[in-house]
Amino acid sequence: MSEQVKKFLYVNRKAPYGTIYAQESLEVVLIGAAFDQDVSMAFLDDGVFQLTKGQDTKGIGLKNFSATFRALGDYEVTKLYVEKESLDERGLTLDDLQNIEYEDEDDDYAEKPSIRLVSRAEMADVMAEQDVVLSF
Amino acid sequence: MATLHTVNKSPFQNPTLISCLGHAKAGDAVLMIEDGVYGAMNGTALSDAMATLGGDVSLYVLGDDLAARGIDAARLADGVTSVDYDGFVDLAANHDRTQNWL
Repeated sequence: MSEQVKKFLYVNRKAPYGTIYAQESLEVVLIGAAFDQDVSMAFLDDGVFQLTKGQDTKGIGLKNFSATFRALGDYEVTKLYVEKESLDERGLTLDDLQNIEYEDEDDDYAEKPSIRLVSRAEMADVMAEQDVVLSF
Repeated sequence: MATLHTVNKSPFQNPTLISCLGHAKAGDAVLMIEDGVYGAMNGTALSDAMATLGGDVSLYVLGDDLAARGIDAARLADGVTSVDYDGFVDLAANHDRTQNWL
């Protein structure tokens, strides 16, 4: 089996709960994390709504999966790219999003932010440098 | 002879809410549910269009769907009323028909 590490990008463009895409994306990311690839996640368009803090799904009878994002660091998924223009269009800022951190094992396990705010142009660059792009 | 319109699509992803508001008559009610609740937020790129198009209808949003998505009631645009499921039933009962914009 090849030892080559490929760059995987999971592109999230849908809001949570109204459709199953957001939850399915997380499931696939967690499964894929077992294969020791270089995984990134992109959040743009309505996908930025997946990361809002304070989600409370008691009233709609669906599982609140938002806490799962905070566990991604344990699976070495530490690059969550969030597009600034998408936040702006929706009246959101980073303060409206969950605080998601990972422990950097190369830096004495210092806790570092997983969310990386990027412009639309920078998001295009992130997409262009991938080997595999999976869309949700 | 007023109509209750429901919209369950995000207005940022889909023109359904804008189309609904363009067809709703004065005195109708528009209830935003599921991913439609994002249309009720203030300070977005669509807020001005919502205020203009929604001027002569009553705007409602399902509070349980807002809470699920982490959108605080303080983020609601002026003129939007939050209702619970009982309020949804009341709206349906108090209008002559319900039109679901899927």
